[in-house]
Amino acid sequence: MNIHEYQARDLLSSAGVAVPRGAVAKTPEEAESIARSLPCNSFVVKAQVHAGGRGKGHFVDGYKSGVHLVKTPHQVRDVARHMIGNTLITHQTGPEGKPVHSVLVGESTDIARELYLAIVLDRSSGCPVLVASQQGGVEIEAVAEKNPEAILREVIHPGLGLQPYQARKVSIFLGFPSTGLRAPCRLLHAAYRLFLEKDCSQVEINPLAVTKGGDVVALDAKLNFDDNALFRHKEIQDLQDPSQEDPRDLAAAEHHLNYIGLEGNIGCMVNGAGLAMATLDLIQAAGGKPANFLDVGGGASESMITAAFRLLQADTAVKAVFVNIFGGILKCDLLAQGMIAACKSNPPRVPIIVRLQGTNVEQGRKLLKESGLPLIPAEGLMEGAEKAVAAATGKKG
Amino acid sequence: MSVLVDANTRLLVQGITGKSGSFHASACKEYGTQVVAGVTPARGGETFENTVPIFDTVSEAVAATRANASMIFVPPEFAGDAILEAADAGIQLIVAITEGIPVMDMMRVRHALEEYSCVLIGPNCPGIITPGACKIGIMPGYIHRPGHVGVVSRSGTLTYEAVWQITSQGLGQSTCIGVGGDPIHGLTLQKAVEYLHADPDTKAIVMIGEIGGSEEEEAAEYIQARVRKPVVSFIAGATAPPGRRMGHAGAIISGGQGTAQAKIEALQKAGVRMAKNLGEIGKEVAQALGK
Repeated sequence: MNIHEYQARDLLSSAGVAVPRGAVAKTPEEAESIARSLPCNSFVVKAQVHAGGRGKGHFVDGYKSGVHLVKTPHQVRDVARHMIGNTLITHQTGPEGKPVHSVLVGESTDIARELYLAIVLDRSSGCPVLVASQQGGVEIEAVAEKNPEAILREVIHPGLGLQPYQARKVSIFLGFPSTGLRAPCRLLHAAYRLFLEKDCSQVEINPLAVTKGGDVVALDAKLNFDDNALFRHKEIQDLQDPSQEDPRDLAAAEHHLNYIGLEGNIGCMVNGAGLAMATLDLIQAAGGKPANFLDVGGGASESMITAAFRLLQADTAVKAVFVNIFGGILKCDLLAQGMIAACKSNPPRVPIIVRLQGTNVEQGRKLLKESGLPLIPAEGLMEGAEKAVAAATGKKG
Repeated sequence: MSVLVDANTRLLVQGITGKSGSFHASACKEYGTQVVAGVTPARGGETFENTVPIFDTVSEAVAATRANASMIFVPPEFAGDAILEAADAGIQLIVAITEGIPVMDMMRVRHALEEYSCVLIGPNCPGIITPGACKIGIMPGYIHRPGHVGVVSRSGTLTYEAVWQITSQGLGQSTCIGVGGDPIHGLTLQKAVEYLHADPDTKAIVMIGEIGGSEEEEAAEYIQARVRKPVVSFIAGATAPPGRRMGHAGAIISGGQGTAQAKIEALQKAGVRMAKNLGEIGKEVAQALGK
């Protein structure tokens, strides 16, 4: 799950990480009054969307950049008026962009140095790892590629937690003088505590700034959370912003379907995440483009199958549907009943290719055949994918 | 011979009174697995299907029934605790089926397990089966046939696809292991390959991987150095968009790491036969065995 920058900032701040003074505004007037309350003579206004690359982005109406530096509260109000209610496009939002409903107004910081700091999960050791670099303010992937020795990875033992010597080591790597380690060490411990307490999958502070006055502050931060642990963090669940999500993803979540919207025109309905991934591969190998990843799960009920079908039907980009099921716990006859019910209540507008295999497959195929529905059967995996691609392109031409 | 489980395995089921727990305990029993005990706190003294005694704790169950393997269906919020309880009671093989355990819990559990000699399979996995002898998990039993192909996979339904194709070729399986789709889990692909390689009854190995992590690359290194049996592999997710979690919590390409391409190249370099697509696994195995 993702949250906004201002929410990440608040969480970091309450964990004890210093952040620049400022607050979030939902109206231009609010933005102006926040600016007036700040004791400074230069302000940053940042559009709040769930995407990176805001500074280099642009709005749908042509207004430039999602991050502005201005001199007066009046100008803050002016920038906020352009941003709020507008849609920001960055290299991470896709061409349709993301709606801006709020802006973060903050004091501008006199930066001496920009650093990088992150805590993520290291899969191979099964431990949290602290990632640090003196080259902040740019994407860490670029640093890793060009200059890997500029990055320090410090593995933290999950039983012991971050040790003081590790915090000192990282701080010295980040270029702090040995007489000035207290502030960075305190910040590292605070960030690690937040990572643990909120079940984060990532805490990324980029840039972590050293000001000309010598303070260490988080200028921008990205927090991600482990979806599996949200049940014990109601306060994090409450931070969710549906306006930033793909509406197809939201509809799927409501029915506990595992769905990811993609750019193609072949709708997929599959049981099992691995098989669903392999089905996307099959479609592309056959020369087509999948419209989605959809895993109905091992124990899908009739109502879930109906909901999945409705979701695929509602996607106007979908020109053909490929149903690929290996019946294990989910029996093929039950799946067939679900599909028939869904098609009766919501007649299909595109060709549906069905490949069934596994438990009760004969009964399932028989039910589908006798239903009189215009379904295209397939036995082989590649055969099914090829039929789906043919149906999707045939419809177009 | 087989790997990790056989007809002598004595299984206990943690969470046997729940919906999935009872359904699959029953299916395993029907397949022929010796289901000797169930554990649900505060339900001790009852019986499951009038034959299997239920205990409050794993250690009581082990003392009374000599259970040596456990299958866990406990809900995600309590599953980490259930794994530790099984390890502490001396269970040698722990199969955690539960999906959705918080990563932070599994991180602590995995480190705690270093103190024990047990093997953990999963979580978020289909389980392990030695066809005709012992089934611990949620896989449909009838698609398997006793034979000599060892199967290891990160995904449930992909394992079933592969098994079904092998069976349809007139071949069978020695042992099939699903290691699970979570980023932090117990048994790795490499360790599973090591077990299958050491098993004299396994003549060929099928390894099914997917995007995310580096276990396939690690297994490839081991295969190149040690394995002389034919290995067939398939990697799912070649066309997955980066940064999106594809169903399995572990299946995510981040920062250019964990791509299908890198895995396929590592495996090819190790002399592994790659199935061109998912539908070709059975045929590749038959060819590898000269059938």
